[in-house]
Amino acid sequence: MKDILILGAGTAGTMMANKLRNTLEYDEWRITIVDQYKTHYYQPGFLFIPFGIYNKQDVIKPKSNFIPPGVKLIYSEIDKIEGENNKVYLQEGRVLNYDFLIIATGTQTCPEETPGLKDKLWYKDIFDFYTIEGSIALQKHLKDWKGGKLVMCISELPYKCPVAPIEFVCLAEAYFAKKGMRDKVDITYVTPMPGAFTKPVATKMLSELLTEKNIKVIPDFYLEKIDNDNKKLISYDELEIDFDLLTIVPVNMGSEMIERSGMGDDLNFVPTNKHTLQSDQFENIFVIGDAANIPTSKAGSVAHFASEILFDNLMSAIEGRPLLAKFDGHANCYIETGYGKGALIDFNYDTEPLPGTFPLPGIGPFGLLKNTKINHYGKVIFRWIYWHILLKGKEMPIEADMTMAGKKRVTV
Amino acid sequence: MTQITIAGQSVDLTDEGYLTDASQWNKEVAVELAKTEGFELGDDHFKVLDFLRDAHAKGETLTIRKVGKSGIVDIKGLYKLFPGGPLKFSSKFAGIPKPTSCV
Repeated sequence: MKDILILGAGTAGTMMANKLRNTLEYDEWRITIVDQYKTHYYQPGFLFIPFGIYNKQDVIKPKSNFIPPGVKLIYSEIDKIEGENNKVYLQEGRVLNYDFLIIATGTQTCPEETPGLKDKLWYKDIFDFYTIEGSIALQKHLKDWKGGKLVMCISELPYKCPVAPIEFVCLAEAYFAKKGMRDKVDITYVTPMPGAFTKPVATKMLSELLTEKNIKVIPDFYLEKIDNDNKKLISYDELEIDFDLLTIVPVNMGSEMIERSGMGDDLNFVPTNKHTLQSDQFENIFVIGDAANIPTSKAGSVAHFASEILFDNLMSAIEGRPLLAKFDGHANCYIETGYGKGALIDFNYDTEPLPGTFPLPGIGPFGLLKNTKINHYGKVIFRWIYWHILLKGKEMPIEADMTMAGKKRVTV
Repeated sequence: MTQITIAGQSVDLTDEGYLTDASQWNKEVAVELAKTEGFELGDDHFKVLDFLRDAHAKGETLTIRKVGKSGIVDIKGLYKLFPGGPLKFSSKFAGIPKPTSCV
């Protein structure tokens, strides 16, 4: 009997457990998945909670609902991986052996990395919306906020779901307009990147969108600390930005378990071959989702496309064949822009987000880099797809490799 | 892409002024590239450039945070050395590609 061990039962780990159990023989392979938490969060839904569009019950389900029979689910914290000996130590002293290990422990927000962030204004005038606690606290705060300077700040790269802060300011703009207090709110988007987004064509489209909504963008701002007494953001080069209400993307880091195992980079992400998804350190360890240091978005769609590549390569590794499947960094993100509209981007390691139609070339129904109602419905429907198709590792009508069909090559 | 001669050395530059081939770099090239942006390079600058070149040669992805943890200079110091875009300017003078944030 051989063992495949999966660390982390989030989006990536759960998809892999399903794919593998559907294929591998029960009498040859034992599959075990470990996670410290019992609740699976639909994380794309966190964004909607501050505005009362979703509530807690819309985004939670038990993790156990999505782990298929025949996969052993262990709830435990993980102490460390000992790659040389093919062992994983759990918190209560339990030891698990593996033949193949899949690391899917994701990324987490670390507000304590920024001086003054988790201080006296935390969850009073400063909120994150990347945790259930943060998004619910922000919902309560916004209900009777009287207006002022709303600042959305990204602390560090990389961070989970790169478009979420843009969506947040767009939804906030619409929320205040609906409440009849848009004139009392000044919205500013602060980023360490040189523009609203990294790649030129998408940056142009998104910058125009933000300008249209009267949302100010401050680029190249690298946050050092928060001055709680004077309610200011201060950058390393001593620029200051005042705020009344700060929504923040804290520094993102991989699991501390990765650091304890000596397997991470300076942000605890695991050095991983960006094409094969094999760990750089150990041949029988693979990494999927946000836990990997691969140069693409930290997003569920990336984990989904990567899961197909990882599945193929793991099958090859099991049979001792070379790893031929190559991940292209494919990401696909809906961008909520408010007023029942949305935009969509589709890109990979080499191709920046371009305008066009998706998934059917020339037909759509979704428009790439276009602000349309149908794109918004795509995002709404996606929650159902996530729970019922994606997590269960079922086929989706979208290829793992990005395609140029339906895209128009343009430059700024 | 353009080819120009600086400090007696023929180098290939991208449209944004980054070397396309890190092996065409030497200290004199760095000094001249820095001058075009109004920087005068000293020993402290070169310590950062050496660190960046080493890390780049090893295939590492560079971030301001990583340089700040290198022990050579902290993030604040890096901003003082290369104000206005620490990683952008230091990468340019180190002859390595423009840093990309891969979102």
